[in-house]
Amino acid sequence: MPAPLTIADVEAVAALAHLELTEDEKQLFTRQLADILTYAEQLQAVDTTGVAATAHVNAHEAERDDALRPSLSVADALANAPDADAELGLFRVPRVMG
Amino acid sequence: MSPLAYGASGIAADVTAGRVSAMEICRATLDHIAQVNPSLNAFNLVDEERALARAATIDRQRASGASLGPLAGVPIALKDNLCVRGMRTTASSRILETFVPPYNATVVSRLEHAGAVIVGKTNCDEFAMGSSNENSAFGPVRNPWAHDRAPGGSSGGSAAAVAAGCVVLALGSDTGGSIRQPAAFCGVTGIKPTYGRVSRYGLLAFASSLDQIGPIARSASDAALALSVIAGSDPLDSTSSRDEVPDFSALLDGHVAGVRIGVPRAFISDGVDTDVRSAFDRALEVLRQLGAVLIDIDLPHGKYAVPAYYLVCTAEASSNLARYDGVKYGYRSPRAHDDLRAMYSRTRNEGFGAEVKRRIMLGTYVLSAGYYDAFYLKAQQVRTLLRQDYERAFESVDVVVTPTTPTPPFKLGEKTNDPLQMYLADIFTVSVNLVGLPGISVPCGFVEQPGPTRPERLPIGVQLVGRMFDEATILRVADAYERATEWNRVALK
Repeated sequence: MPAPLTIADVEAVAALAHLELTEDEKQLFTRQLADILTYAEQLQAVDTTGVAATAHVNAHEAERDDALRPSLSVADALANAPDADAELGLFRVPRVMG
Repeated sequence: MSPLAYGASGIAADVTAGRVSAMEICRATLDHIAQVNPSLNAFNLVDEERALARAATIDRQRASGASLGPLAGVPIALKDNLCVRGMRTTASSRILETFVPPYNATVVSRLEHAGAVIVGKTNCDEFAMGSSNENSAFGPVRNPWAHDRAPGGSSGGSAAAVAAGCVVLALGSDTGGSIRQPAAFCGVTGIKPTYGRVSRYGLLAFASSLDQIGPIARSASDAALALSVIAGSDPLDSTSSRDEVPDFSALLDGHVAGVRIGVPRAFISDGVDTDVRSAFDRALEVLRQLGAVLIDIDLPHGKYAVPAYYLVCTAEASSNLARYDGVKYGYRSPRAHDDLRAMYSRTRNEGFGAEVKRRIMLGTYVLSAGYYDAFYLKAQQVRTLLRQDYERAFESVDVVVTPTTPTPPFKLGEKTNDPLQMYLADIFTVSVNLVGLPGISVPCGFVEQPGPTRPERLPIGVQLVGRMFDEATILRVADAYERATEWNRVALK
């Protein structure tokens, strides 16, 4: 059984999920996620020995021809960006390396 | 009373015959929306100009002698997580507040090809995550039957818009009950098709193995009409089925005699409100009188559906929502000009609401090393056991019936501080998504009770679940039930 959820766990998960939580949110989510996970622990009572996992319910093959087709224009692709350079055709982001 | 009370098929027939113009229907619709929406908050956007232009096009096509589609001139509202080219689409999230899609969802193209007139986008829980429509960045929707109550979620705006007569048809999406539960709470009919029946292309993804688009209408026959239009194989969605789509409307022959309906007694024995229970029992009696054979069945893993669902859907959501990072579209935090990682984290924390963050956190946790087997893998194994439960049941029955929800519509604010209580409201709907089956909610009665200012009638729904790709049977039974009762035709006062 997993150990009880701590604030440190929540901070680690928030970092993985790229969420900068406030202190209040960390407290709240620690309590609420612990409640939900405790509730979910009832699944441990189910005997799943030898049971395959179902990730999706599709039964058909999903391949299509690898054919060239029109796609979004650069202008359309950039139109919703908060910071784009339409002339150069790129998204601008803050500096990655110092 | 709205001029639209005669339904989608009635409007299409009258527009096609020239008894009314698409323009007249469209104007009446827009007038009615302007009148009732301010108190409901069911719409995030009403695009009058676009709707009127579309209606004018339909009328011109008719005048030129062109053949019109099965939804000619029918006004329709779309849940705000369905992309319409050039029409703001937000998923009721601050992070997409300014997003204008560069393409149409496949369902949008199909609806417009069939002659439907899109009037706007309906309010919903943010990214379809919620059961009350209270998780919207644009405020909650009010239940048209009782303004202090939740309309259900996450397609609350679509269900409320149909119930209030704003439109005769709306599309919603259903990941764990988000079409059926609000349909039940608002006294209308809503169907979640089989997974793969309707293309998800252009639906803002929440949980890709569970999401499915479907219609909400005033009757099963209108839902059948809309489903025939939007269903079918789509090269743009590799999970869409290549199975032939029946003409669902043509199969509504009222024939219920001999249909075997399974009642999972143990699964529905606990925690069901007494008024819901008696409405459900009366619905079973009506089905029996129509000639259906009621058979007790067992879904031994039904009680595990909610925990399994909330582990699977949050895991998928945490992955799907990684794309909202302040780079390609939508909101970017103004507080992060100097550092890319800080920009991502601040943008996401400011752009997402509490429930979305909670689910991303839960999903990230259950997928992380050390917890994957105990939670995520376990949930997927339970998903297999649930599928086997239903497969066994469908060896002896054609339809499984449950209440759609354990309670009538609850009060706004009643469950917002306790996410787990909110999740438990989905007990009868989530297993259907985990297995992929089609399910429909049909109005089956009301709870009468004193409200804050006057007596309230709170709608109740009954859910019919069918075999994979057998929407035809549940639509046929739903249609026959609606004809034998009047619950879907009770006027909103």
